[in-house]
Amino acid sequence: MTEWTSPALILLAAAILIGLTRGHLRSAVILVAPLLTLWAIWQVPDGVVGTVRFLDYAIEPVEGSPLRRLFATIFSIMAFTGGLFAFRHARWYELSAAFAYASGAVGVCFAGDLITLFLFWELMALFSTVIVWCGGTPAARKAGIRYAMMHLLGGVILKVGIEGVVVHTGSIDIQPLLATNFDTWMILVGILINAAAPPVSAWLADAYPESSPTGSVFLSAFTTKTAVLALILLFPGEPVLIGVGLYMVMYGIIYALLENDARRILAYSIVNQVGFMVCAVGIGTQMALNGAAAHAFAHIIYKALLFMSAGVVVYRTGKNKCSDLGGLFRTMPLTTICGIVGALSISSFPLTSGFVTKTLISQAAIDQGLVVVYFLLAAASAGVFLHAGIKFPWFVFFQKDSGLRPKDAPWNMAAAMVLFSALCILMGAFPEAFYRLLPYPVDYHAYSPGKVLFYLQLLLFSGLAFFVMLPWLKRTPTISLDTDWLYRVALKKAFSVLADLLGSAQERAQRSVQKLLQTALARIQRHHGPEGVLARTWPTGSMVLWVAIMLASYLILYYLL
Amino acid sequence: MKQAPKSDEHWLARPRTIRQLWIVFIAILVLTVLAQVFIKVKGYFGVDGWFGFGAAFGFLCCAAMVVLAKALGPFLKRDDRYYDD
Repeated sequence: MTEWTSPALILLAAAILIGLTRGHLRSAVILVAPLLTLWAIWQVPDGVVGTVRFLDYAIEPVEGSPLRRLFATIFSIMAFTGGLFAFRHARWYELSAAFAYASGAVGVCFAGDLITLFLFWELMALFSTVIVWCGGTPAARKAGIRYAMMHLLGGVILKVGIEGVVVHTGSIDIQPLLATNFDTWMILVGILINAAAPPVSAWLADAYPESSPTGSVFLSAFTTKTAVLALILLFPGEPVLIGVGLYMVMYGIIYALLENDARRILAYSIVNQVGFMVCAVGIGTQMALNGAAAHAFAHIIYKALLFMSAGVVVYRTGKNKCSDLGGLFRTMPLTTICGIVGALSISSFPLTSGFVTKTLISQAAIDQGLVVVYFLLAAASAGVFLHAGIKFPWFVFFQKDSGLRPKDAPWNMAAAMVLFSALCILMGAFPEAFYRLLPYPVDYHAYSPGKVLFYLQLLLFSGLAFFVMLPWLKRTPTISLDTDWLYRVALKKAFSVLADLLGSAQERAQRSVQKLLQTALARIQRHHGPEGVLARTWPTGSMVLWVAIMLASYLILYYLL
Repeated sequence: MKQAPKSDEHWLARPRTIRQLWIVFIAILVLTVLAQVFIKVKGYFGVDGWFGFGAAFGFLCCAAMVVLAKALGPFLKRDDRYYDD
């Protein structure tokens, strides 16, 4: 019975317990359950662990492999640190939803078949929507509905693909596929929607920044990275992913440069970073897949760290917009330093986690002789430093003095940020220990002097470009249009135009029917009404006259005939 | 959280410190380029091994991205209450 119990169920049980307990007991559940899950994850052996028969399908709820354990490990670490960050401030139902959401992510990691994968996939969609709604504002409610619609659509597309594969191949196993027919394309599209790939990248930057300061920390971690894992498991080496990934990388940079909302800048940079991973899955070699997995692991840590620092700022000041912020380093030194560590890591600065993982992807492009991909990724690395590495900390913590003097982070938020900052630096400083966790053997040295120098030049001169062109990057109180404009404005307008058209058509039809009836009525009235020829009362004299005429005619006719 | 007068004297906000930071930053920039005299940067595709390539590539790419974002701004940017109506 227990052999096929997924470690995900521990987090799911914790999600229920969070609702049932109070006070210290609830805090204990929040902090202990992810650690128990982490322990259980490392008890899962390689290969399929037990099979359950269900409707003639062989369901494999738990299948272990180094790749699956790696993703599950970072998801449970994230649940722990997110819980630590949030447990004193978030409402219980937000924490409960966050743990159910994390449970879905861990469940996907160990899913041995497509049906189990789909079930946990939908669990994530459901509870991440609840987290968006926990933002508590009318904007969060609307964004949550749009988010749910997008993910339900993605779920349906994924399900169509899975059913197609099951019907046509008879197998529900998770195995490498290529997008060659309708079924596999549907699965790929369903996964890519969760990865925030074009043309629907907008859902991410629309929803995440509307959640609470604690909710966005959880949201940043699970959905997109589970999609990356699903791509590694199902579509390694799918060439179309290289182009999709490169588009995402550039999209994230340009939109983040235009953005004014601090957390929305970070949301766009999630799309940018996931683009690196999607591109690596498209390259598909062992080095590239190692790079995708490693970068996902590092990314969850530094992106959660960045969202934590932004979350503390929103929690303390109630302000999201760069144009309202600035100069916070004076009273929030710890949050500033942790934000900078996260910013340096996402920019893959040497001695941070991003450097030892992103260069794996670049190396994979070099090994395959992909010149254009390599140079575009290098340009994107420079762009990441520009939009997230400097822009985020500069506009939030430095820039002008906004006059705000908020207190620094509460102790638990500070502890979570320090823990993730330490992990960013430890992974960057000692990559060999981390490389041992990767799915394939690593023969790669991150710190050759030439490579470090190349990246230092690249990044520091990006920094120079930022400060030289600062007047062009001045914040304006604006948002940027994206493809979500189509369903937020165009579709709405189309519906109202259609409704107007239908309305006027109905009015016209009504009017012509009315006119027809009126004419008919008038005609009847003329003939049969009180004044009508056939219904009016005739004077008695005229009747006598007519009778006389008729009698006279009768007499004449009788006489003649 | 209280509002403070704008002109505080935090050492990082002083013009003198900012000037010094610029000098240090430029010195580091020059050093990272000059270091290529002693440290060989491996050129995987030829050009990336050229002297100062990383510096020029980083600066120009970022400049191009800022220009592109600026050019797209009028088409994409809307008032932040755009969707509220």
